Amino acid sequence: MPKDKGNQDRKQDKGNQIPNYVNTQKTILTMMEKKYKKRDYINKSVTIISIACVIFAIIPLTSILFEVVKNGISAISLEFLTERPGAIGSGKGGIGPAIQGTLIVVGLGSLMAIPVGVLTGVYLSEYASGNNKFAFGVRFFNDVLTGLPSIIVGIVGYIAIVLVIGSFSVIAGAFSLSLIMIPLVTRITEETLKVVPNSIREAAHALGIPKWRISLFIVLKTALSGVLTGIVLSIARIAGETAPLIMTILGTSLFFTSFTGPVDALPLRIWRLASQPYESANAQGWGAALILILIVLGLNIGLRLLSRKNIASKH
Amino acid sequence: MSKFDGIFKWIIVGAAVYTLFLLALIFFAVGDGSIAIFSKEGIIGFITGTDWNAVYGRESFGALPYIIGTLVSSGIAMAIGVPVSLGIAIFLSEIAGKKIRTPLSFIVELLAAVPSIIYGFWALFVFRFWMIDYIERPLHDLFGGTIPLFAKTPFGLDVFTAGVVLAIMIIPIISSIVRELLQVVPSIQREAAYSLGATRWETTKIAVLPYMKSGILGATIIGLGRAIGETMLVTLIIGNAIGLNAIPTSLFSQSQTLSSLIANEFNEAASDLHLSALIGLGAVLLVLAMVINVFARILVYKMVKTSPVGGM
Repeated sequence: MPKDKGNQDRKQDKGNQIPNYVNTQKTILTMMEKKYKKRDYINKSVTIISIACVIFAIIPLTSILFEVVKNGISAISLEFLTERPGAIGSGKGGIGPAIQGTLIVVGLGSLMAIPVGVLTGVYLSEYASGNNKFAFGVRFFNDVLTGLPSIIVGIVGYIAIVLVIGSFSVIAGAFSLSLIMIPLVTRITEETLKVVPNSIREAAHALGIPKWRISLFIVLKTALSGVLTGIVLSIARIAGETAPLIMTILGTSLFFTSFTGPVDALPLRIWRLASQPYESANAQGWGAALILILIVLGLNIGLRLLSRKNIASKH
Repeated sequence: MSKFDGIFKWIIVGAAVYTLFLLALIFFAVGDGSIAIFSKEGIIGFITGTDWNAVYGRESFGALPYIIGTLVSSGIAMAIGVPVSLGIAIFLSEIAGKKIRTPLSFIVELLAAVPSIIYGFWALFVFRFWMIDYIERPLHDLFGGTIPLFAKTPFGLDVFTAGVVLAIMIIPIISSIVRELLQVVPSIQREAAYSLGATRWETTKIAVLPYMKSGILGATIIGLGRAIGETMLVTLIIGNAIGLNAIPTSLFSQSQTLSSLIANEFNEAASDLHLSALIGLGAVLLVLAMVINVFARILVYKMVKTSPVGGM
């Protein structure tokens, strides 16, 4: 810290200038020096404590990545990725239906969520004026929806869809996941569109382009990479959700048959494998965890690298 | 004005209305599902009851042990998680140079993206044994005889482990929000404090943190909301006790939270009443989470009116 050092130097200089003939001043200065030492000591300890906090947070990440890769990689084979699970405890078979099911449920959930989320975001950013109470309500409740416990979302999917169509189903799972995704997409769309400079809108208005075209084909298009980033991050988020799937898609060891029937998913399969008292099942669980973490962190890291490249090339 | 303008406006207002409809649907579905249990036990009776018996003819359900389990495990998570999160945020925003800040913030955000089922799986097979060997056994041996908090023989699957892993899960969430908040603090605040001769910590303490006081409180409460609603991680490591046993008497007691009991029994519900009781637990959880969230959002809104900070 250059500023602290300057302070110290200044005090020492003063001490040198008036050493002998004002004794009281000298004692005051030594007292200040002592007090400063204490303050400096506290300052340094806080720095050390905060570094310790960072290390405390990084240890679990390192351990998770290390263990998942170490234990997961030996479980992975072509059979593991494509086959149906074998008999319980046999350690045979794989997680093919789970991978397929995750892709289907997350894909369908995204289809249900993205249009609603993006359009709501466009509304909040482009159409709702400053003091619009309805817009404030939509924004507020969307934020509150973000904090909804995911198990509740599962209960809603169960009551609103599973009970109505009479079967655990892909549709119910996708609907539940869409409840988690909509507020995330809405927020990111609104935030990104708000950053688009007004001059672009004004120029388009001056050309007489209708407002809906300006919103969709000029403003949204300008902000497209930001919106896409947000969408992919929220896809990564729902791909790891487990709780809502328990009461909607149920989980099965069979491949996908219909949108109104049960299906398997990766997080659900990890949970079932973790709950079985067989070492072979736990080993398969590590394998499934590795695949899930590859999907989720792969989407995250890939996107961030991509967006950094974009920013770098724009400047 | 193009003709389609009007139609388009209706479409996007429709999308916005749909999101409000979803919120209404959530309350309706949870309310509808829990009517049966509330009319049998009474709302107060259900919340204060401690039985959990699904045997036909002797059915009796109460939520109190799981409410306590939820509050205790989240309380432990907050006690550990909040100070550590603040430390990380202060390091990233006030202490670290840009070269360290960028990759570290990236790592913290990655941690926030790890699915909770993976935290749970790792905790069940790895972290639990660290807890037993390095923390719970030594604490038990030292204080087990004198302090009831450490009395039970540690097994690793208990409310303490659940709280610590919850803390590990919410730390990246809280610290990334607080870091963003601290970086919005105008640098003139810091400069003023430095020019008075304050050290870096004094500057942080008197000029930076107070400026974002209610925003930090809001971020903390968002973390609390996540801890209270978390399901899979808790289900795997809290020991899944039922009834009176689920009320923790020591840090090393097995327990149960509202959400973990729902996840454990939902697919094996013995009767409609049992199912309704589980949804009733969901209703209690929903009310808890909503109160916490609305409060947190209002606090964060007040702080960052221009660009609300995300709570992903």
